[in-house]
Amino acid sequence: MKLTFARLGNFHIAAKALFEALGIDVVLPPPPTKRTMSLGSLNSPEFACLPLKMNIGNYLEALEKGADTIVMVGGIGPCRLGLYGEVQRQILEGLGCDFKMIVVEPPQGRLDRLFRQLFEITGPQRIPQYIKALHLGWSKLAAIDSMEKLALKRRPFEESKGDISFAYEETLRCIDKARSPKEVASAVENGQRAIKSVCKKTDGNKPRIGIVGEVFMVLEPFVNCEIEKHLGEMGVVVHRSIYLSDWVVEHVVKDAFRILRKSKLPYELAKPYLCHFVGGHGVETIASTVDYARQGLDGVIQVAPFTCMPEIIAQDLLPTVSRDLGIPVMTLVLDEHSSGTGVLTRLEAFVDLVRMSQRQRR
Amino acid sequence: MKETIGFPRALLYYYYYPAWRAFFESLGQTCEVSGKTTKAVIDSGIKVTVDEACLPVKAFHGHVLSLSGVCDRVFVPRLVSVERKAYICPKLMGLPDMVRHNCKGIRQIIDPCIDMSRNSRAYVRELYATGRLFTRNPLKISVARRKAKQAYDVFVRLLQAGLTPIDAMDRENRCYPNHFQDSGIFNDSVSGRDKDVRSPIIGVLGHPYIIYDSFLGMNVLDRLNLMGARVVTMDMLQRTVVEQAAAKSQKRVFWTIGRQLLGAGYYFLAPGTVDGCLQMSAFACGPDSFIAELLQQESARSRRKVPFMTIVVDEHTGEAGVLTRLEAFMDIVARSMLR
Repeated sequence: MKLTFARLGNFHIAAKALFEALGIDVVLPPPPTKRTMSLGSLNSPEFACLPLKMNIGNYLEALEKGADTIVMVGGIGPCRLGLYGEVQRQILEGLGCDFKMIVVEPPQGRLDRLFRQLFEITGPQRIPQYIKALHLGWSKLAAIDSMEKLALKRRPFEESKGDISFAYEETLRCIDKARSPKEVASAVENGQRAIKSVCKKTDGNKPRIGIVGEVFMVLEPFVNCEIEKHLGEMGVVVHRSIYLSDWVVEHVVKDAFRILRKSKLPYELAKPYLCHFVGGHGVETIASTVDYARQGLDGVIQVAPFTCMPEIIAQDLLPTVSRDLGIPVMTLVLDEHSSGTGVLTRLEAFVDLVRMSQRQRR
Repeated sequence: MKETIGFPRALLYYYYYPAWRAFFESLGQTCEVSGKTTKAVIDSGIKVTVDEACLPVKAFHGHVLSLSGVCDRVFVPRLVSVERKAYICPKLMGLPDMVRHNCKGIRQIIDPCIDMSRNSRAYVRELYATGRLFTRNPLKISVARRKAKQAYDVFVRLLQAGLTPIDAMDRENRCYPNHFQDSGIFNDSVSGRDKDVRSPIIGVLGHPYIIYDSFLGMNVLDRLNLMGARVVTMDMLQRTVVEQAAAKSQKRVFWTIGRQLLGAGYYFLAPGTVDGCLQMSAFACGPDSFIAELLQQESARSRRKVPFMTIVVDEHTGEAGVLTRLEAFMDIVARSMLR
């Protein structure tokens, strides 16, 4: 069995480690390129959201490389993500591809369901093996997140443009190669040292901008035209609302162990504007914006794929949030036609605006 | 105190208005429905919503705005879910919030939250909370609830007798309930079709707020009738038939209307039911984008193909373009019937 799965930011590093520790061959889709996007949008429904198109592109490229089993997450709605598995299976079958698709449905409080689905992928294995694999996967996930946080914080202070991104990517490569949690920890340590060594002294007057929105668009630099990197290089400290490890805790761990209650905080923060769950990250987008305004950030950028239903509701309400709390908000709706240059121009204009309002306030 | 309650003639008005009206009229309130959708209504809706919102949501905003000043309260329910483990559409879940923030002139909104996804009787509490706005007597509310249920049952039976929601609402105004049974428009849904008469039967798929709204749906139902076709929509099919066909999908579709569309689509695309299948969808409709893909895959798989076309409407759609496509579609249907 040659397993593959869609890309989402740097998630593949952790997922690959998890499966390989269980003795499964993993064929990673190549890093996304224009070809991935064209293949995906050519074979997907026109009004499907961009993540589905990117996934299809990933699968087609991975199948070319010899993968024969696809793992995908399921869901219970109302966001379209829950139907991705079924639609993608039918699209690929329609194209005449030969593969097996395993859709992992959310456990909804039933651990046995989660493990049965895991067995289906891995085959029966000894429990210590699972624990070891999960430990390695999780430590890589946490390491990636800590490196991303550090890079976002330090990028505006780098000595010359691109230093931090270079150190960060180098560290990711080391994390990917690491074969034990210990090696992961030492890779992170080295990375932190490398990033610190290329930083100037920090001064406190850099504008701070929060990024909110749909999880795939926020986490995948290729589809959001690397906004985090661009903002950092423009001298902006970026705060990101979603990290992979948080997402896994919220959607897998807490969903499996119902005793751990899901956080009610987003709903309380969003209540004056949006008082009901709308699927996806609609409520979280509003809540993070409110949270960032309270923390005194200088601006918020919402990133969403075109036709994303929950984000459209949030987008509709964000101007009111922006007016009430006095925080500039910009929405970037992206799809396969978005160009990096166009996005860059809008980012520059937004940063100028944020700087101006920052000066006025002082 | 007697109040006028405004109902926007958009979104799920086409499914639930008879029940809503019975409920509020039984509580002694007056019901006022906004006028038919026009260009002006849509334009005013477009002005207050984001570009990315779908046409039906924009039209809904326009209808709400047209009700300002006409009525004391506007009814904008938060229809989260009308059955277990299924939703309708995320946009309906955030609708009252969107209306409240976008339509500044609206005085009061009645927004009961109907969520039956976990508990199919969860709506009852909301119903009583809504009734309490007008009366302190729970008995009156319970009577209103029963009347609403009766009105809804009658309405559903009229739909299954082959009427469109528009006709059913008209008819209900005129005759007494229970009289429709002997009207016998056609009894056994589509299967009772007459073998001698070869007028083509066209199955029309689409969210009710598109196909039954003569402006958004470009009058497609009337046009098809004028072209000599008999139209069957998914609401005229028996629920069990639709559910059975929808169960063919490996994964249960978690949008109520989406699943009905898929079931009706699978039913229409199976040979021997209809002569052509037409899907109407709004630009950038989330559920429809997936349902259309699943139906196209099904159509590609089937050996004896039923002509299948999807028309996407948005605020820029010209009627002439739709008419041309309809004519071409009907030509294909006629040719495939000769075979």
